[in-house]
Amino acid sequence: MSDMAPARREVTSGPVAAADHDSCLVLRDVAVAYGRKVVLSEVSADIQRGQVVGVIGPNGSGKSTLLKAIIGLVPLVSGKVSLFGRPASAARGRMAYVPQRELVDWEFPVTVFDVAMMGRLPSIGWLKRPGRRDVGIVEDALDRVGMLRHRREQIGRLSGGQQQRVFIARALAQEADVYLLDEPMTGIDTAAQEVILRIIDELKAEGRIVLLATHDLASASCACDCLCCVNQRMVSYGPTEQTYTPEVMAQTYGGLPVIMLNRADGTLPDVHAHDEHTHAHEGHTHTHDGHTH
Amino acid sequence: MSTRTLMRGTLTLTMDTLTNPLQYGFMQRALVEVVLMGIVTGAIGTYVVLRGLAFIGDALSHAIFPGVVVAFLLDRSIFAGALFFGVLTSVGIGVIAKNQRVREDSAIGVLFVGAFALGVVLISSTRNFARDLASFLFGNVLSVSESDIIISALVGAAVLATLILLHQQLLAASFDRLAAQAMGLPVFWLDILLLVLISLTIVVSLRAVGNILVVAMLVTPPATARLFTDRLPHTMALSALLGASAGVIGLYISYYQDVAAGGTIVLVSTAAFVTAWLFSPSNGMLATRILRRPLVVAGGEPEAQVVLESPEIRSHER
Repeated sequence: MSDMAPARREVTSGPVAAADHDSCLVLRDVAVAYGRKVVLSEVSADIQRGQVVGVIGPNGSGKSTLLKAIIGLVPLVSGKVSLFGRPASAARGRMAYVPQRELVDWEFPVTVFDVAMMGRLPSIGWLKRPGRRDVGIVEDALDRVGMLRHRREQIGRLSGGQQQRVFIARALAQEADVYLLDEPMTGIDTAAQEVILRIIDELKAEGRIVLLATHDLASASCACDCLCCVNQRMVSYGPTEQTYTPEVMAQTYGGLPVIMLNRADGTLPDVHAHDEHTHAHEGHTHTHDGHTH
Repeated sequence: MSTRTLMRGTLTLTMDTLTNPLQYGFMQRALVEVVLMGIVTGAIGTYVVLRGLAFIGDALSHAIFPGVVVAFLLDRSIFAGALFFGVLTSVGIGVIAKNQRVREDSAIGVLFVGAFALGVVLISSTRNFARDLASFLFGNVLSVSESDIIISALVGAAVLATLILLHQQLLAASFDRLAAQAMGLPVFWLDILLLVLISLTIVVSLRAVGNILVVAMLVTPPATARLFTDRLPHTMALSALLGASAGVIGLYISYYQDVAAGGTIVLVSTAAFVTAWLFSPSNGMLATRILRRPLVVAGGEPEAQVVLESPEIRSHER
């Protein structure tokens, strides 16, 4: 597809859509501003079905902003986002978004089941009640994250990890093509982290696209096919093997000290950016490669 | 035998207490009006409490005041006047809240209390200034006419129907606004709709409790219901029941004690809240602060505390 195309061109015809078939989610020179301040720019990526893309970068680098821009929560000042050759704004129901946990009032009188059912809203539509099929899908989704037996509990009575699993279930119930997860592993127990990593693998196997904004470079490097490294602008985008390098990490994390660690068995290195949310992993041989500034 | 007579006497006395006021048409109408008001404020008030809109509800009730006064002065339906200003204000709040430079509470403080002052100035030109003002501010439920009741019933039914039909959308947008917006829900318009529904409810409540006290009816019953319930429809239903009950009980007390009905209704509601706040089995002060502590100490085992704090046990209690 041409880069010269105007930002909001409707692409509905067959040939163009077919040409885009491999690249399901396409970002072209995406830039976002809050007021007059440009907070993120030059983001371009072609993302295929079944790909897991890690969005990484330091605090305030625009990771969350990128996810919000893709799903249309913040307007683009330039560039475009398209899904299956059509503007993303026309395909909102096909993208599921899991926001950061801190943004929600957990004392709200809703049960686990109610929250997961919210994922069915784009399908149910206006003025209609959830049908038996919706209930079945929601129960399946809760079962997949191991929360079905908690379905009647008020959401605030769960642990942070359980709450996050319910949010994942809500996204699953949406049966979307694209899953945008904003820091899903931050501040939750390892059991919930494992559930989320397993779900990401399952979504990948089902041919869905997952975008994972995360501080946790170690799990990003393991779980993701591609990395989108951002720091106010896109520093690098590409397969994890090519982007998960000391050079790219140094560029991405700018002035911040980055320690790159190699596993003893010589597989992909674990990288820990020094960041308040990054936890040191136990049990790895911490062979020191050097500080980069 | 004498006990039975006494009991029958007490029963008759109680029945008389309840039925006596009903011989008057104005009391019958007042009773219908406060029940309608209690149900609608209780239901929509649940959103006011959960979304933290108490201040906005207050602002709305102030802002519709000039509409009421203008309609009154022109001898038109005060419902129409209040409705017009209510919708205008709802959209106004929504639009102003979109501009991040003007803080929402500042805008409310400036504009809507200003509107209220306009209402006061307008009404000061009437001959019965003090009496008219008082009846708008604190309600005058005993002067409710049949047409008032019909309008209240229609508007109340419309509000309830909207809440039921758009339940899923309003729930999603209230619980997790960002995710709802990401799903493509028009959260801005749902907010405006909520404010319009609140305005309509305030209009319905004007006769019963008046402009100032209505905020209490929007906040107190739902806040009370919140202490007992874990799902929004349950909270709404209980809140509506509490609102209607407070209306009826308050009206009877005001009849026998010869005090202002609006104020009494609000006081009954407040008393219900304080009681619930102290004694609610799941969330009350007594249950969470006082009863639980000695139990753990008496048990003496660390497991006892763990069991008591676990969500499963606490959810079984309810």
